[in-house]
Amino acid sequence: MSLQVLVTGASGLLGGAVARLLADKGHRVRTFQRRHTAGGPGLEVLSGTVTDPAAVRAAVEGADAVIHLAAKVSFTGGWDEFAAVNIGGTRNLLDAARAAGARDFVFVSSPSVAHFGHALAGEGAGRADPQRARGNYARSKAAAELIALAADAPSFRVAAVRPHVVWGPGDTQLVERVVKRAAAGRLPLLDHGAALIDTTYIDNAAAAIVRALERMDQARGQALVVTNGQPRPVGELLAGICTAAGVRPPSWSVPGWLARGAGSVVEKAWLVAGARGWVRDEPPMTRFLAEQLSTAHWFDQRQTRQVLDWVPEVGLDEGLKRLAAYYGGGPAR
Amino acid sequence: MVAELWPGVPAAWSRRIRVPSTAAADPAGSRHNWHLLDNGEELAARGLDPVGTLLCVHGNPTWSYLWRSLLAAGSSGQSAPWRVIAVDQLDMGFSARTRVIRRLEDRITDLGDLTGALGLSGPVVTVGHDWGGIISLGWATRHREQLAGVVLTNTAVHPAGHPLPAPLQLALHPAVHRWGTTTSDAFVRVTHALARPALAREVRAAFRAPYRGAARRAGVGNFVADIPAGESHPSWPALARVAEDIRDLEVPALLLWGPEDPVFSDRYLRDLMDRLPHADVHRFEGAGHLLPEDVDVAGPVFSWLGSRGGANPDAAADGLPRPAAVEAEAFVPMLAELDGRRQDSSPAVVDMAPRVPDGAVPGPVTLTWAELAQRVDRLAAGLSGIGVKAGDRVSLLVPPGIDLTCLAYACLRIGAVIVVADTGLGTKGLSRAIRGAGPDWLVGVERALAAARLFGWPGVRISATELGSTVRRLYGVAHTVPELEADRPPGPDAGAERLSRPTADPDADAAVLFTSGSTGPAKGVVYTHRQLAAMRDTLKQTYGLKAGTALVAGFAPFALLGPALGATSATPDMDVTAPRTLSAAALADAAAAVGATAVFASPAALANVLATAGTLQAGQRDAFAGVELLLSAGAPIPEPLLAQVQDLLPAASLHTPYGMTEALPVTDISLEQIRAAGTGNGVCVGTAVAGARVAVAALRPDGSVADEASAEPGVTGEILVSAPHVKDRYDRLWITQEHSASLPGWHRTGDVGHLDAEGRLWVEGRLGHILTTADGVRTPVAAEQLAATADGAGRAAVVGIGPAGAQVAVAVLETVPPAKSAGPAPQELAQAVRSAVLNGADLELAAVLTVKDLPTDIRHNSKIDRTELAVWAAEVLAGGKAKRP
Repeated sequence: MSLQVLVTGASGLLGGAVARLLADKGHRVRTFQRRHTAGGPGLEVLSGTVTDPAAVRAAVEGADAVIHLAAKVSFTGGWDEFAAVNIGGTRNLLDAARAAGARDFVFVSSPSVAHFGHALAGEGAGRADPQRARGNYARSKAAAELIALAADAPSFRVAAVRPHVVWGPGDTQLVERVVKRAAAGRLPLLDHGAALIDTTYIDNAAAAIVRALERMDQARGQALVVTNGQPRPVGELLAGICTAAGVRPPSWSVPGWLARGAGSVVEKAWLVAGARGWVRDEPPMTRFLAEQLSTAHWFDQRQTRQVLDWVPEVGLDEGLKRLAAYYGGGPAR
Repeated sequence: MVAELWPGVPAAWSRRIRVPSTAAADPAGSRHNWHLLDNGEELAARGLDPVGTLLCVHGNPTWSYLWRSLLAAGSSGQSAPWRVIAVDQLDMGFSARTRVIRRLEDRITDLGDLTGALGLSGPVVTVGHDWGGIISLGWATRHREQLAGVVLTNTAVHPAGHPLPAPLQLALHPAVHRWGTTTSDAFVRVTHALARPALAREVRAAFRAPYRGAARRAGVGNFVADIPAGESHPSWPALARVAEDIRDLEVPALLLWGPEDPVFSDRYLRDLMDRLPHADVHRFEGAGHLLPEDVDVAGPVFSWLGSRGGANPDAAADGLPRPAAVEAEAFVPMLAELDGRRQDSSPAVVDMAPRVPDGAVPGPVTLTWAELAQRVDRLAAGLSGIGVKAGDRVSLLVPPGIDLTCLAYACLRIGAVIVVADTGLGTKGLSRAIRGAGPDWLVGVERALAAARLFGWPGVRISATELGSTVRRLYGVAHTVPELEADRPPGPDAGAERLSRPTADPDADAAVLFTSGSTGPAKGVVYTHRQLAAMRDTLKQTYGLKAGTALVAGFAPFALLGPALGATSATPDMDVTAPRTLSAAALADAAAAVGATAVFASPAALANVLATAGTLQAGQRDAFAGVELLLSAGAPIPEPLLAQVQDLLPAASLHTPYGMTEALPVTDISLEQIRAAGTGNGVCVGTAVAGARVAVAALRPDGSVADEASAEPGVTGEILVSAPHVKDRYDRLWITQEHSASLPGWHRTGDVGHLDAEGRLWVEGRLGHILTTADGVRTPVAAEQLAATADGAGRAAVVGIGPAGAQVAVAVLETVPPAKSAGPAPQELAQAVRSAVLNGADLELAAVLTVKDLPTDIRHNSKIDRTELAVWAAEVLAGGKAKRP
């Protein structure tokens, strides 16, 4: 059955992939994002911000379902900004979608909403906790996820999907940064890169989100972590990405505690500097990032796969191959 | 939420009752207020009808709180319901302080007064700890009509001819007693500090709750003062009477023991076992005095209550594999061959490097069958002469060789039980093994006697050699082997002597052997004479060993079997407990000395033989020409290694049996058969040996084991063995034994594997080492073999990390050359290992780690401790901040 689906945040890697996949499946897709992006077959493009209730109301007009990806994603930044976009924006969208008679709402979240700094080894999704989540991004997403799931009802079904570390060709969040830093010789391994981390290849993340929409009867009211189900030592992952992009993989190691400590300092300095307009880029190391790179994050995928009746299609090795192709040819040695 | 009075004790269990006293200590007409924990009301409320009552008696200075886990289990509804009554003895816990000195006799009377007032009817099982043990037994001997069983933990009924343990002597010393037990709470604190691991703070507080203030502790002091240290003590007659009266208790008995108890040590356990010979016994290695706090006793107690009253399990249903039938064949004693060759002057045993006491030139020593028979007779007579009798345990701490062989057969002759623990267990393991077996006698070389003194091993000391008087005194040596032999010269009339030779009861214990201890403390394994004889017969039939076979035994257990097989046996010049000390030349010399037709050697020994084969002279190589059979047991041997051995022993059929201390051997496979089997999921170990049957109990997806035997090809499960030569039982490990025999007729090996369509067994690893992944249960061995094939990889272990059911696989490797530090493998090696395992075993590895050495057992240096590795790998892969805050 063809649905009218609104996808927010479609200018990002994942939002774009979700919109295209929906269109490929024959749905009528409207995208909504701050930056103007190119449309495509079956894509209707709207520009605007989720903090603007009127723009949001216009966007949900006639939608059967909403997939909400728009968020302020950053390692640093002030709380008010995060709260306005991630919490306020989600609220606006929920209210507008319900009022417009949409049936389904998929909230795209992050495993960091239930990560409190320690290692996660094979755990389930866990409940989002805005008090204990680390950093403004995770805290605001946690609060938003709780609000979204609380809105779940038989006539307005809500599910949360939490893809973990999404990467792929064209990814500016992880791949580009890793590659840039490695090329500049500025990418250390923390604790020899031993921490086991599960990631999600872009196509799999998009497929799981779309699958959630198809399985709302089973998925509603739940938060589902989505990964490739292929945890690897972070050092190996970074090396794989670097090799695919043709740059030399990192070979020097820094103790995790040192990086976490240094990250805290840098983070604070960057905030001050950012407020005064001295820097515009993301800081080279934050405490959050240090924790991400030095503690295990991998998940029990049984519940997710059962609820979605789905398994990832693109394996890690195949994903790296596609990444290498994107960077122009085979893996450089 | 149920209101709790103390942690683990719901308010509903606590009750008080006023009981008229008939104790001699009290004036007539006295009544005392008792406090007890009783789950009777809870059972009634849940509509559960109890099978009987557990009457639990605490010791000093604890109280009924000690038994809370039994109360909970009694009304849990998970097993048959039991009413559990745990009393606070008078002057103890929250019962009345009576202001009189209550002696043992009074306390036994008190308990009877209480059960009378409670109107306790129906079957009662008494449960006692510490000095509550003897009081509970006093009650038991006086209420036989309703007594259904006795359970005892770390207690004593008699000084057993020993002085009081030092800690109690101290507590009783006049200078210390009042202050230590009553004025201060030192005795209370010290006792509660005996828990291993330490008690939680709130539990410790609960134990101390009734003993706050000197006045509340008077009973603690009086209790200590009532310990009858000698015959003049007022409580001695009561103690002696109970200790004697329990000898004819016929009800089932269960003794649960924490060996790390400074007061009620193993000697009191042995005394109790002597008085209650039918008792089921479990020693919890590593646990101590406060056993109910250290380990789960409720589980074993209730499963024991069930098994001792329950119906026999049904026979296997039709179509399922049945255990091997126990055939009532005529029993041929282990000494039959020896006795049949009393006139034979050909060599029986050859020791290539005998122990030399006075620096004399070493050289081979040979005993003929006639000499061996005579020496065994002399030693048997000598041992009998000093009081060693049938059923006594004799620990033999003598290196393999002629002396050990003679001692072992002398013990078998008189029905004494040989305890064979070797240094391959490591010093700590050896010490635990000997204490656990609790020998009555200990025969040792000087080094062993020194260790026995240092570690306080039990047993009357017998030195294997003559010793100077000072050293003799130092080690407390009572006898020497040369004295035993000299005492009884063999009579000239061989016929008359044969008449006097007793024959051991086939179903009596004959030997205690030990597992290698690669998975927890080494376990004692008991064999009867019939089972030892069956082991001999299985080897005979499987390998065609017969009179005229000449074997070289480079593997300790086989060194002992030669005389029973009727085979001439030679011990090569090596440290048999350190297999890697066997050189090619030593093996050749031993083979030449007896014209060897068979060689027994462990895989580690074979590896060294190959490594030193280059030094062999041409003549030495010729000694191997007559070898028709090579047996190598203990660990799987890679095919290439066997192929090299074949070059050295061109005429030999090479066999690598699979077995375990509990069943030697189970299956057999030859080099040709290994080649024919090729590769598969695990190590192919061949088909069952003569008389044995093999099946599996299938693994369920969650890693648990089905409770029926299956012989279906391709089903992976726990390997089951049934054979006349399977062990009788684990020694003083009732719980372990029950588990291993829970499938009637089968021994559960703890190994996992499958049978193939040809009936061959493939071993896939240990049950404790399986991986429970999201895709189901996986076993490690096949993946490990594949991982080891990668360039630069050495031995490999594959373990699962993460929560059960969602585990991921990790390979941990030794490398060639060895890795300098432990951590993630270099990228190239990781890739090679990963693809080898993925392609060959369809198992995806999350990580590949390298280490310098994999942790292995001492005896075989081959059993990798994957449990420890998994913990380590999980920590490394958790990253810098592995532990939760």
